[in-house]
Amino acid sequence: MIQLFAFYLFATIVIASAAMVIFARNPVHSVMWLILAFFNAAGLMLLAGAEFIAMLLVIVYVGAVAVLFLFVVMMLDIDFAELRAGFVRYLPLGALVAIILAAELIFAVGAWSAGGVDLAARAAPVVSDKSNIQQIGELLYTRYIFLFEAAGIVLLVAMIGAIVLTHRKRGGVRTQNISKQNQRRPQDATRLVDPGVGQGMEL
Amino acid sequence: MTETFISWGMDPNWAWGVATICGILLIALPLMLAVAMIIYADRKIWAAIALRRGPNVVGPFGLLQSFADGLKVFLQETIVPSGANRGLFLIAPIITFTVALLAWAVIPFNSGAVLADINVGLLYILAISSLGVYGVILSGWASNSKYPFFSAMRASAQMISYEVSIGFILIGVVLFADSFNMNEIVKAQQGHGLGIVNAFGFNLLLFPLAVMFLISSLAETARAPFDLTEAESELVAGYQTEYSSMSFALFWLGEYANVLLMCTLNAVLFWGGWLPPIDWAPLYAVPGIIWLFAKILFFFFVFSWVKATVPRYRYDQLMRLGWKIFLPISLLWIFLISGYLMLTRYS
Repeated sequence: MIQLFAFYLFATIVIASAAMVIFARNPVHSVMWLILAFFNAAGLMLLAGAEFIAMLLVIVYVGAVAVLFLFVVMMLDIDFAELRAGFVRYLPLGALVAIILAAELIFAVGAWSAGGVDLAARAAPVVSDKSNIQQIGELLYTRYIFLFEAAGIVLLVAMIGAIVLTHRKRGGVRTQNISKQNQRRPQDATRLVDPGVGQGMEL
Repeated sequence: MTETFISWGMDPNWAWGVATICGILLIALPLMLAVAMIIYADRKIWAAIALRRGPNVVGPFGLLQSFADGLKVFLQETIVPSGANRGLFLIAPIITFTVALLAWAVIPFNSGAVLADINVGLLYILAISSLGVYGVILSGWASNSKYPFFSAMRASAQMISYEVSIGFILIGVVLFADSFNMNEIVKAQQGHGLGIVNAFGFNLLLFPLAVMFLISSLAETARAPFDLTEAESELVAGYQTEYSSMSFALFWLGEYANVLLMCTLNAVLFWGGWLPPIDWAPLYAVPGIIWLFAKILFFFFVFSWVKATVPRYRYDQLMRLGWKIFLPISLLWIFLISGYLMLTRYS
């Protein structure tokens, strides 16, 4: 009973907030709705018995990715009038995408209700005495180890690529030399002198 | 607790619900009281180190100072700046406060005395603490004022940076404890240090991680010396500048609840949680919750002590410490620890 209630609660909020991502006029509000959608999707994952995935979803998407989104969106100086200007021009393309998506949805629901693929059994959690993390770990590091490492290499290449693309040496920049700063001692920088009256001193 | 309610003749489902609500209240209400007292303690310790007297007027020894402040703040008017984004401006302190309370659900106060004994407890804490940054960013942006916005940018960069190294440090603990469950982590520490001390921190391999975690938790809660988000000489009061009355108080409470949470995490993850410090039978006669509170208070004292003595970091130093020192070392330590465990435990 409580599962059913929780499912409909999470599902409704996911759909509603996903709609609000598009309908919100302020892009920062859009990102906030997106975060709410992520959060409730994590709730749905919990209901499916995938608590590890749920936590990862929150940590990675809500905790890191969405923060960067928010960062970028806050920095942007968006002209709303310009955004809405091309509505008629993009209407045919938008309509095409909408029709394709709608057709896919109809086909998916139709195939599912026809019972062609036993999706329900796949979505349900595998009953086991092992915890989620152990199961994923055992699969990931034994059967799918090469795929896992390949994914790691792809990410590494992407990371190096991003660094190479953005890294440039700029002239005239004063950088901190931390070890030099740490080695600096009072006697290197200061001098204690005792000048006589009216004599002054040389620096 | 559920069993007690069932034995009173309650329907099991209702008993579970009532027990959960009671558990939440049992954690949240004392926590609020603890936050009020800990603010007082913070000010007193700070004053003692600065050779001042600190709050000493309201109540005996000024003990009621926090409550007087709370009442004053409660009676003030909530001012929303005219240029502010009203909805987000009001939601931001609520997020900070709620998130600060949420993480306590998985903290074990004694053997089995935990509200939600889930097997991804540590990940839950990471997930919840990563939410804390939203309160700060939103308040900075919604205030529509430049100093809060600068502060929000600083805070988000700082929190994200240190969350990375905290994540890696926690993996070291998880590897040793062989579980993400907070209670299991505490139990794994029994007699761990040199065979007699109940703490991961006394393991030579984990001690550097314990030190890094303490420093990272200072940075994560934006306490001195990492309080660049509230650097009063540069940013007025940081992201809280435009806030007044209760909305300000929620930030204040949330901040200190977060500090307490980080102290608790230090105690639970590295220094034995509710276990007595030494694995010696008579010490177990003392309830575990008292050991835990003693450890939390000790770490809170360390936090206050650091606040009173260490000067504020520069922003580039802060980022360097996070990305160039803590991140590589904690990453290296994962390799070291897993290699050590493969040699000793799993071969």
